[in-house]
Amino acid sequence: MSDAAHAHDDHGHGHPSGIMRWLTTTNHKDIGSLYLWFALIMLFVAGTMALLIRAELFQPGLQLTNPDFFNQLTTMHGLLMIFGVIMPAFSGFANWQVPLMLGAPDMAFPRMNNWAFWILPVAGLLLMVSFWLPGGAVAGGWTMYPPLFIQGGISYDLTILAVHIMGLSSIMGSINIITTILNMRAPGLTLMKMPLFCWTWLITAYLLIATMPVLAGAVTMLLTDRNFGTHFFNAAGGGDPVMFQHIFWFFAHPEVYILILPAFGIVSQVIPTFARKPLFGYASMVYATASIAILSFIVWAHHMFTVGMPAAAQLFFMFSTMLIAVPTGVKVFNWVATMWKGSMSFETPMLFAIAFVCLFTIGGFSGLVLAIAPVDIQLHDTYYVVAHFHYVLVSGALFSIFAGIYYWLPKWTGHMYNETLGKWHFWLSVIGMNIVFFPMHFLGLAGMPRRIPDYALQFTEFNQIATVGAFIFGFSQLIFLVVVLKTIKGGAKATDRVWEGAEGLEWTLPSPAPYHTFETAPVVK
Amino acid sequence: MIGKWQRVGLMGTALAFSQSTLAEYAYNLQTPASQVAQNVFDLHNLIMLVCLGIFVVVFGAMFYSLLKHRKSAGHKAAHFHENTTVEVIWTVIPFVILMGMAYPAAKVVIDMKDTTNPDMTIKITGYQWKWGYDYLNDDISFYSNLATPREQIVGSAAKGEHYLLEVDEPMVVPVGKRVRLLITANDVLHAWWVPALGAKQDAIPGFIRDSWFKADKIGTYRGQCVELCGKDHGFMPIVVEVVSEADYAAWVAKKKGAAQTAAADNAKSFEIAELMGRGEKVYEASCAACHQANGMGMPGVFPAINGSRVATGPIADHVAVVLNGRPGTAMAAFAGQLSDADIAAVVTYQRNAWDNKTGDLAQPAAIAAARGGAASEAAAPAAQ
Repeated sequence: MSDAAHAHDDHGHGHPSGIMRWLTTTNHKDIGSLYLWFALIMLFVAGTMALLIRAELFQPGLQLTNPDFFNQLTTMHGLLMIFGVIMPAFSGFANWQVPLMLGAPDMAFPRMNNWAFWILPVAGLLLMVSFWLPGGAVAGGWTMYPPLFIQGGISYDLTILAVHIMGLSSIMGSINIITTILNMRAPGLTLMKMPLFCWTWLITAYLLIATMPVLAGAVTMLLTDRNFGTHFFNAAGGGDPVMFQHIFWFFAHPEVYILILPAFGIVSQVIPTFARKPLFGYASMVYATASIAILSFIVWAHHMFTVGMPAAAQLFFMFSTMLIAVPTGVKVFNWVATMWKGSMSFETPMLFAIAFVCLFTIGGFSGLVLAIAPVDIQLHDTYYVVAHFHYVLVSGALFSIFAGIYYWLPKWTGHMYNETLGKWHFWLSVIGMNIVFFPMHFLGLAGMPRRIPDYALQFTEFNQIATVGAFIFGFSQLIFLVVVLKTIKGGAKATDRVWEGAEGLEWTLPSPAPYHTFETAPVVK
Repeated sequence: MIGKWQRVGLMGTALAFSQSTLAEYAYNLQTPASQVAQNVFDLHNLIMLVCLGIFVVVFGAMFYSLLKHRKSAGHKAAHFHENTTVEVIWTVIPFVILMGMAYPAAKVVIDMKDTTNPDMTIKITGYQWKWGYDYLNDDISFYSNLATPREQIVGSAAKGEHYLLEVDEPMVVPVGKRVRLLITANDVLHAWWVPALGAKQDAIPGFIRDSWFKADKIGTYRGQCVELCGKDHGFMPIVVEVVSEADYAAWVAKKKGAAQTAAADNAKSFEIAELMGRGEKVYEASCAACHQANGMGMPGVFPAINGSRVATGPIADHVAVVLNGRPGTAMAAFAGQLSDADIAAVVTYQRNAWDNKTGDLAQPAAIAAARGGAASEAAAPAAQ
């Protein structure tokens, strides 16, 4: 596999260049990069919305926004961060890493891969453009609960369309990932030998295929209720608004794990590398991931303890939700046991991975508090819930994405990133993140509802602290952008192995990984 | 007399209490004022302690490892992995801890769901954006609107002590009585929540769900709507005044007197000046949130009334819109919310305020007739 041979592959078949290269590409590395760039741009767009929200909440009273625009900001922030940042970023990792880790030449369906990505920006555009339509963007909350969602204007229909497109994209991506993992592993690479990142994505892909059609069904019913006179969710016509919540959360609780299982996978690659010690319990990690995925289908109504369920239903969903703490605990214990008696060094990926373990667990504990139905009834729809899901999605999902980028960027670009800047990015992020979200626990306990543009005076102090933290956290992401751009342009040459303790097929390739890799499958003993 | 002094004393302590809460940071749930809230408070503390214990043990081990097992300290990596015994132990121990949590939690769940044997029942209805209260035993009905002036919200006046947590008509209940709440909504989802009483329940249009509380202490308890219900979700607070039994009886008598005055108004005929004055107040309370004080609405979201076809066209159609609303939009039906006199006043106001100089006058009698369903014929004479 000489460089000359790869140069031939790159340019020998009359590949289009410029914009057409990216529009028509079927290469898993190109598509992985596209996903990651899309996610990064959306991170800044949705992050700007978050800063506007925090700026409005810096003090009581209405200063910057009106209540309607505020609701548009919270709704769009949620939708874009979930469907535009976290999910595409994980798809980007899957595209880059799954073939490299399995020793496969590309994804199973390259052309569908191209299509799965390129419909995403269309969905993003549909969402964004609605800010300039009459009535403004969608303002009914990312959960889209009717009947409020039925009241809105044209942007609500665009949102339904965008959700359909994003769902299609996810389903196509998932089919690709499942097929690749099940059929294209290198000879000798059995399922129970493959890197944990592939395992978590395999399970995530099944979750996506199982739940995205459910979401599509729910929003289609919203669409027909809005435009074609059906009454699925209108009690006056024999429907039930709560039915939407059941269907929605049957999708959205597995969705929570779609947003965190690939993060578990990334962290399970990073920690053994920098502890220079194999993952403590590989098999039990696989079983724990599968258990979490299965349990995720029978806990949905814990998002709905306040709709007024019978006591028996409350008890069932409380117990099943508490049960999820067991496999999640197994994961945390395994990460700690992997570090135990290792030989650790603390490069930026490891720092983000350690912060992940610690802070995700705080989100897990607040999740356990919220699982207790009577306590949840007090805290439901307050800032406590906002604190909880930002601990699992920011210090959980997003930090794992940072860890993964710092970890694999040298392999992708052939350059080492700037470690000093990386550490600045880490420390500012981890400190900023805690200043934003930790006080929100107290706000929720004291009784501040979520999704309000203005609040009573006793909530002022913690809101001010949170806003200061948000600006620290938000602006420190510019460091990340600088690090990524600098690493792409240049920097110290990365070795093939990159990290002393790195194990796996991707590290046997040159850095940067050539445009085409593993045209001949490697053999795994 | 005692009741009055109690109230003065109560206001004093409430003032002192809320000023102290302003100055300090609150780290836990609000001070419970009912047994259910107390149970939840204790349950939360218990779980927090367990979580804290686990956190200290697990992350104590991790941070010890981070300090001792680092390459820079010269630690050589061990190579152990896979140990079934250890995996089983750290699966079983959390499971046992969870069982210990589940038992007390289940007891509280069952207690919270038991709404039997109430001393009184109040039906609560969520509206965009206010609460309606119907006392089913005492036959009292009223609406409860945000009382914080607009100037305080936009910052042109200093914010009051109970900014955004004050209403024009609080819900009043006697102390120590089991109050059953029947909660529903008129338009979209809302949720009724008073933290100190431990009662929170989604208000669902078309369905009635119940909840209950028994307040242990006389006092004023404040809460808010906690389910996103549109633009003014943050501006529909809940205030519950828990009073002595004697004060409650006095309050009931007062409310019944007010209801009689309102009924008498419906039988009267008004001058245009009276209707305009009353109509402006009704407009402020019921219409201005969407259609705005200047009648211009919000383009693309809420239509303008100033110069609109409805407010300058046939009066009967105008009355019909106010009475019946516009199904499928945020425009509510006000037939059940406003009295004949109030609807007459607000229709007159809308037809004569701003640039709408129609000179039309609506009288309560015409509204009463329009309620019969023959809206177009009945309201027409009022236009002459």
